Amino acid sequence: MPTWGMGGCSVFLEINDLNTYYGPSHVLQGISLTVAKGEIVALLGRNGMGKSTTLKTIMGLAKPKSGQVVFQGNSIFGNPPHKVSMAGIGYVPEERRIFPNLSVEDNLLIGVKGGVIDQSNPDAWTLEKMYEVFPSLKKRRTNKGANLSGGEQQMLAIGRALMGNPSLLLVDEPTEGLAPIIVEAVRDILAEINKMGVSILLVEHNLNVAMSLAHRVYLMGKAHIGFVGTVKELDNNPDARAQYLEV
Amino acid sequence: MSPVTAMYVAQAIHGLTYGMLLFLVASGLTLIFGMMGILNLAHASFFMLSAYFCYQVVAWTDSFWIALILAPIGTGLVGIIVERFLLRKVQKLGLGHIGDLLLTLGIALVISEAVKTIWGTESHQVLIPPSLQGLVTVAGLEYPIYRLFIIGLSLVILGALAFILFKTRLGMIIRAAVSDRDMVSALGINMPRVFMFVFGVGTLMAGVAGVAAAPMLTVFPGLADQIGLDAFVVVVVGGFGSLLGAVVVSLFLGELNSFGIQFIPRLAPVLVFLFMALVLSFKPMGFFGERDE
Repeated sequence: MPTWGMGGCSVFLEINDLNTYYGPSHVLQGISLTVAKGEIVALLGRNGMGKSTTLKTIMGLAKPKSGQVVFQGNSIFGNPPHKVSMAGIGYVPEERRIFPNLSVEDNLLIGVKGGVIDQSNPDAWTLEKMYEVFPSLKKRRTNKGANLSGGEQQMLAIGRALMGNPSLLLVDEPTEGLAPIIVEAVRDILAEINKMGVSILLVEHNLNVAMSLAHRVYLMGKAHIGFVGTVKELDNNPDARAQYLEV
Repeated sequence: MSPVTAMYVAQAIHGLTYGMLLFLVASGLTLIFGMMGILNLAHASFFMLSAYFCYQVVAWTDSFWIALILAPIGTGLVGIIVERFLLRKVQKLGLGHIGDLLLTLGIALVISEAVKTIWGTESHQVLIPPSLQGLVTVAGLEYPIYRLFIIGLSLVILGALAFILFKTRLGMIIRAAVSDRDMVSALGINMPRVFMFVFGVGTLMAGVAGVAAAPMLTVFPGLADQIGLDAFVVVVVGGFGSLLGAVVVSLFLGELNSFGIQFIPRLAPVLVFLFMALVLSFKPMGFFGERDE
């Protein structure tokens, strides 16, 4: 696994001093982080620290109060979700949030931006390509989203986001509640997507999955970032692990 | 056909007519609630507004057919303006349901007072167009052509709505948004624009119902009272956001109303509410409710 210091790589997503409130509670207190092109960055920490809120704030699903969110050189701070998505960021939410009343195929097609697959772009995702990567979805393509297993729903949530050809994926707890063998499959898929050139900002409870995928790691304490470093640096820092991860 | 059978059939068609009108009103109400969580208290007012537009257009042009096209479009435009410039602003304030309820209640009051100021408090007659006047005889049963026309018109609109919802990308987006609108917008879809469209179509359909009802019920300031309440019952009993629920329960209420008046006239006004109370005690989310919050 290569280690990606920020020095040599271009900054892709940059967050500076981000503050978000839910009503009176200050749930993100000055979060700063970066994701480089081609990088997988894991955002780890205990429950309720603000990891999911960080992803939601980037996506425009939670309103930030102050700070900066810059993606590919353009500010997307405070933009509504559809604009963030159109800028090239895909979202794979916690608990998958598959549309239960739509078929598997419609769940994928709804992710196609503007409704038309870009045939002129050879790298654009098509249904055929999607079914090659996710053969289990092909078998279930006429089933309703509600009738899928947890693992299939997770694959579908990832596939749905990919249909929009994002250059950065925000992935929230992709292995939660899945059987170990499916956890492996999800891990492998994320690695494969990253090899295709998609950067990933990953929130994950399963430390093995996170550490095996990520190039760099941020540890979150209550509403703030407590540690930044490569996976190797985190390995060599038992204090940080004890402070931010161990229960 | 024996006289008794004929009475039953006539009563059933009667109920079907009202049920169809009710569906046109209730389907918009349920879609707007399903997608945005907004209970639009002004929805039935759009039904009434369209009936007044119809009266006015007929007065100007002497043509019911022109009114049938222009009045619902005008009503839909008013709906779009309300959504774009009022509802969307109030939603941004983050007041939750109370903001939507106060705003739509206010709009209902404004429409109610506006029609009185503009057209007065008396009833206005809209004549059935000559081609739809009179009775038609089917299997020995005489029935008003105009009521059959309403059923046909509603079926056409129901078909168009079903086509949009189940055969187009827009429909796919609307169905997805009923279960999770934030997720839809995170896929790059401009939800405010989709919602403006749905609000417009919802008010337009209420407008079609208003025009269709005008010649039967006459046009007066309390026109929307009964259908507004009934549409609310349809949405609650059918399940908030469920179009299938709206169809089934509208037709059922139409028949309940029609046969209730025939057989137990004293109880007829409360039958609808008895029915709602009964359903809710067993199925609190309604028959086809998809939301589980």
